[in-house]
Amino acid sequence: MEKMPKWADVVLIPVISLLLAGILSGLVILAIGEDPIKALWIMFDGAFGSKYNWGYTLYYATNFIFTGLAVAVAFHARMFNIGGEGQAALGGLGVALVCIFIPWPHWSLAILGAIVGSALFGAAWALIPAYLQAKRGSHIVITTIMFNFIASALLNYLLIGALKPIGMMEPATGKFPAATHLPSFHEMLAPLGISFSKGAPANISFLIAIAACVFVWALIWKTRLGYQIRQFGESESAARYAGTSPTKIILVSMTLSGALAGMMALNNVMGEAERLVMNATEGAGFIGIAVALMGRSHPVGVFLAAILFGALYQGGAILSQDTNIPVQLVLVIQALVIMLTGALDNMVRAPLEKMFLAFRRAPKPAPKPTPAE
Amino acid sequence: MTDTPAIELVGISKAFGPVQANKDISIRVMHGTIHGIIGENGAGKSTLMSILYGFYKADAGEIFINGQKTQIPDSQAAISAGIGMVFQHFKLVENFTVLENVVLGAEDGWRLGPSLSKARRQLKQLADDYDLNVDPDARIEDIGVGMQQRVEILKALYRDANILILDEPTGVLTPAEADQLFRILERLKEEGKTIILITHKLREIMEITDTVSVMRRGQMTATVKTSETSPPELAELMVGRKVLLRVDKKPAAPGKSVLEVKDLRVVDVKGVQRLRGVSFEVRAGEILGIAGVAGNGQSELLEVLGGYEKGTGTILLNGEPLDLTGAASDGQTRRARGIAHVPEDRQHEGLIMNFTAWENVALGYHNDPKYQTNALFMNNAALRADTEAKMKRFDVRPPDPSLAAKNFSGGNQQKIVLAREIERNPDLLLIGQPTRGVDIGAIEFIHQQIVALRDQGKAILLVSVELDEIMSLSDRIAVMFDGRIMGERLPAETNAGELGLLMAGVAGEAA
Repeated sequence: MEKMPKWADVVLIPVISLLLAGILSGLVILAIGEDPIKALWIMFDGAFGSKYNWGYTLYYATNFIFTGLAVAVAFHARMFNIGGEGQAALGGLGVALVCIFIPWPHWSLAILGAIVGSALFGAAWALIPAYLQAKRGSHIVITTIMFNFIASALLNYLLIGALKPIGMMEPATGKFPAATHLPSFHEMLAPLGISFSKGAPANISFLIAIAACVFVWALIWKTRLGYQIRQFGESESAARYAGTSPTKIILVSMTLSGALAGMMALNNVMGEAERLVMNATEGAGFIGIAVALMGRSHPVGVFLAAILFGALYQGGAILSQDTNIPVQLVLVIQALVIMLTGALDNMVRAPLEKMFLAFRRAPKPAPKPTPAE
Repeated sequence: MTDTPAIELVGISKAFGPVQANKDISIRVMHGTIHGIIGENGAGKSTLMSILYGFYKADAGEIFINGQKTQIPDSQAAISAGIGMVFQHFKLVENFTVLENVVLGAEDGWRLGPSLSKARRQLKQLADDYDLNVDPDARIEDIGVGMQQRVEILKALYRDANILILDEPTGVLTPAEADQLFRILERLKEEGKTIILITHKLREIMEITDTVSVMRRGQMTATVKTSETSPPELAELMVGRKVLLRVDKKPAAPGKSVLEVKDLRVVDVKGVQRLRGVSFEVRAGEILGIAGVAGNGQSELLEVLGGYEKGTGTILLNGEPLDLTGAASDGQTRRARGIAHVPEDRQHEGLIMNFTAWENVALGYHNDPKYQTNALFMNNAALRADTEAKMKRFDVRPPDPSLAAKNFSGGNQQKIVLAREIERNPDLLLIGQPTRGVDIGAIEFIHQQIVALRDQGKAILLVSVELDEIMSLSDRIAVMFDGRIMGERLPAETNAGELGLLMAGVAGEAA
């Protein structure tokens, strides 16, 4: 029998985890002599208080949707893709090459090219560990982590060398041509008569992220490939019995995962920076793991969790800007949320399950037993 | 013996969520007796013993050991109360010696030497007392299953157990090894030990126990003296209605050869030869039963035929060779060729426990055009409807296609697998352990389905470790031992004794 009703699993556990994280964070803030209620309010206001703040929250959320989906897709095949960071970095390289070296007439074409470029580069970067896992048994967690470092080193090498315009003083590419500029929310909403903050980086790639959510949902639950991915993820022995090739599923699921992670570059590289800089991903690949865990690897959950983490990022930035609370402490708060929603899931789950069991048993009156024999 | 029972359980109840695993169970086991507990899978036998051994805490009820009310919060407490348990799956360290395994967890101090020499002395004593001879310096991985079981018993005795619980002890043994075990149990009984034997095999209960308790759906339905009962009566008590213990079937009318296996060999990843040149034939309209103790190559045979293990040799299906190593050696191709497969391990191969029933009906058949809307999408609605119809025809309960496989009982899970495979109308049905973990009521139904498929002129390869099942279903019996077929027999012309010898590797005529 199911131990808990589904709503408790999907809604109650994350909410309780969040509350716990909030309480713990409050205690930490209290410990350094600040007012926790005020601090949490500043964070909330910083994330959602104005269109400008919203614009940042959604910008971060877009990154996390892509990396969260990447982890989620791989996870359906029981592949733990820790390499979102490196795949997103390579996706940035793909976007940069597409934007710099192809003379695009209009952004709408450029974005199609950039989707292909980022997805291809991200996928290729995930494909190597996937191949090593499928054919050589090298553990995907180890190899994807190592590939993050290789990606970082590779980008550094290119950004101080081949990709750096002559005469430039910092390790970055030149600014992308104006024709590749993606419409920001301000530009998208203006024709509809809605004004949005001009300075906020949220852009049209947010919509692509939502489309990616729909795509992943349909892929996993409505297609044959998705069925086979889940089959393999749930039980490798059953997949082998069914005639599903483990090699194929590992390669395909990791390729898709890498492509999704790579597509994050549409947002941060093409949409925001409009050039490729060092460490453009800023850890979003790792946040994706927490997002996927909290979102239970479901696109809707990933979407909501990404908004939450976007808010934490933006709210945290405002918090360290407006108060005496140091940046490091904001990191602690974010880490607490990640820990409680992702890693310590069972801490909340186990007692809750017990509670539900006890609750369900209680209403049944125990019939007075007749002595046996 | 004294009047105080060795064990007395009073009013034990235990629920897992809404499932009442044990309901007000009371039982008295007298000193120096062998007490059988029989019941279908899921009847609550193992839960009851787990409570006695401290793995679970009962919701209600009391435990008395030798008349003393005793709390057993964990297995340490059970051991100090003199209870020893021999699990169905042995808890031995494979690359330790017998001696080291016996001492493990019962060391006297930080120095191992004194413990080991003390244990060596005691093992010798125990061997003399109970005829339990085991080489203390042999490694577990080098000795047979029967010996390993003795080590488990010795472990319990070394910890001064006076009450020994054995959970399905004969599941992994040949008939001869089982007889040896029973002799040991008799001897232990003579020496005053109390033994609780958990089993679902009626024959064992009749053979060795003094009293027997029958469990059904978490309740103790009866406790009787073994000498005053009979197998049909026990079966009825277990199931709650009259059961046909024999399979009703007409003589087979074998037709053309469907499956021909010649000199099939399989080497596993460790380089161990699992099949050493197996040859046999299955014809249309007959059931070939493969008997043998688990682990003698039957699983590999099914896996090669099912398309997920590589092998060498020749397999002809309807006269056409099967690809054994190349691209066409996968399960999809096998199904397309007309081979259906009910695998031995329902929970890890035949079903995906977290998938719904309808998702499981697509397992292996997800490429069926019937289940597709178009090139991209699966037709989940059609799949659901198909599943519902299958569940009706095979009497799966509850008939809810959206319920996860793990929420069905073993028998109903097996019916889902059977429905999926049999309704493909295959030329050849591979079926492994068709009734493992299946309740008696469902066994009857499953056996009928297998015979009905045979009567439609299909070829059936049956693998089972239950000798009774092999003997009652098969039209021909082949016995496997150590990757070889030791011989073929006709059910009417053989008996359990002869088959048992073949299963133990005592050579018959090679097939």
